[in-house]
Amino acid sequence: MAASRDNSSNPARIPALGFRALALVLLSVLLMFLDHRDKHLDAVRDTIGTALYPLRIAVDAPTQLWDWISERTRSRNDLQRENEDLRREQQVIRARLLTTNALEAENARLREMLDAREQVEDRVRVAEILAVDANPFRHSLIIDAGYGDGVYEGQAIVDQDGVVGQVIEAGPITSEALLISDPGHALPVEVNRNGLRTIAYGTGEFGKLALPGLPNNADIRQGDLLVTSGLGGAFPSGYPVAVVSSVLRLPQQAFAEVQAEPVAALNQVREIMLVWSAPAVSDEPRQAGREPAAEDAGDE
Amino acid sequence: MSRDRAARHFPVIATLIVAMALTIMPLPRAVDPFRPDWVALIMIFWAFSLPRSYSVGIAWVIGIVLDVAQGTLLGQHALALCVVVFLTVRFHLQMRVFPWLQLSATVFALLALYQFLLFWINGVANVAAPAVAYWGPVVSGTLLWPLLFNFMNGIRYRVQLRA
Repeated sequence: MAASRDNSSNPARIPALGFRALALVLLSVLLMFLDHRDKHLDAVRDTIGTALYPLRIAVDAPTQLWDWISERTRSRNDLQRENEDLRREQQVIRARLLTTNALEAENARLREMLDAREQVEDRVRVAEILAVDANPFRHSLIIDAGYGDGVYEGQAIVDQDGVVGQVIEAGPITSEALLISDPGHALPVEVNRNGLRTIAYGTGEFGKLALPGLPNNADIRQGDLLVTSGLGGAFPSGYPVAVVSSVLRLPQQAFAEVQAEPVAALNQVREIMLVWSAPAVSDEPRQAGREPAAEDAGDE
Repeated sequence: MSRDRAARHFPVIATLIVAMALTIMPLPRAVDPFRPDWVALIMIFWAFSLPRSYSVGIAWVIGIVLDVAQGTLLGQHALALCVVVFLTVRFHLQMRVFPWLQLSATVFALLALYQFLLFWINGVANVAAPAVAYWGPVVSGTLLWPLLFNFMNGIRYRVQLRA
């Protein structure tokens, strides 16, 4: 029995404890160095991640069960009302779609006239969110699609309202995605109204993005819609990202303090869509992952 | 013999799995910054109670799993957990004679060191993170410790008597 052994001998002299601890600490440092520098350790990560998959499912089960129960026990009235709402919404959308088809055709014609690259429609797949990262300072999600489903690193993730984030690590059956609100995330955007280009940085708060690269006289106002510009190479262009929530111009500062609120409900999504975009114009994945694209900010 | 050993390891493995589940469980945003470091607490307990069987080696392995689960640098939690468990094992004789209040204070120091190491590695590796709420888990973990300690002791003796 371990306990009796502990008490009988002198446990302060556990053999080579200090040595073992030191060796393991050095090993950790080496691992971190390798992990930070390159992606040598993805296989290790994948293996352990796969082993953790059942645990993630188990932890997620109560939420799923609750969702299922509340779905099952909804009253007939509620369902009828929802049905009606959906039908009305569908009518509106259909009506809008009619004009969209015409516009699309017109757009294609105009693009042809301008000799521009044809806009290929993006392929989309729905994935479910398995877990939200426990670390409050790293806004990331685990989704139930991996490279087995064709997911790749840097892939754009959207929900029905707008851009959610991008895949930073594609595992075999699950992937990790970084949200646009993560403090290390930068996203090239443009103002929908006038095409003004800038970069939206995450702040670590779900409801706030920062646009630090805009001069005081930039034409940007509260309520402006920001859409992806597609210049970074990872995101397809034209997806809504955020709405400018405040513009603070201080005369003594060179840059305006602009904040925007993401249009996607980043902390409430349960289902997201993975986007396979048309091949980008430039192949450089410039705003990939954690490196803020500092050189882009200089363009403005 | 091997069945005996399996029976002996079972409570440790089971509690560590539960701690891991509690760590990756989604929580409401308001509570999330105060999620205790479950795995660190449980590891401290086992290293404190059975330092010959559970010390830095298992702490390191658990730390690596924690790194994958939390998506941090591979080795970050491993290092922090390893250091904390080393100190626990090294000073467990002193800690055993501490009254509970002093023991809680020691656990507070260990948890603070754990968070500091994680924070420090983030800083060195240039992973952006604000500093303030790092203290949430330390405070909640310390407040939880006396309860957890009694609960875990109960598990330990019950399982050992049966085995």
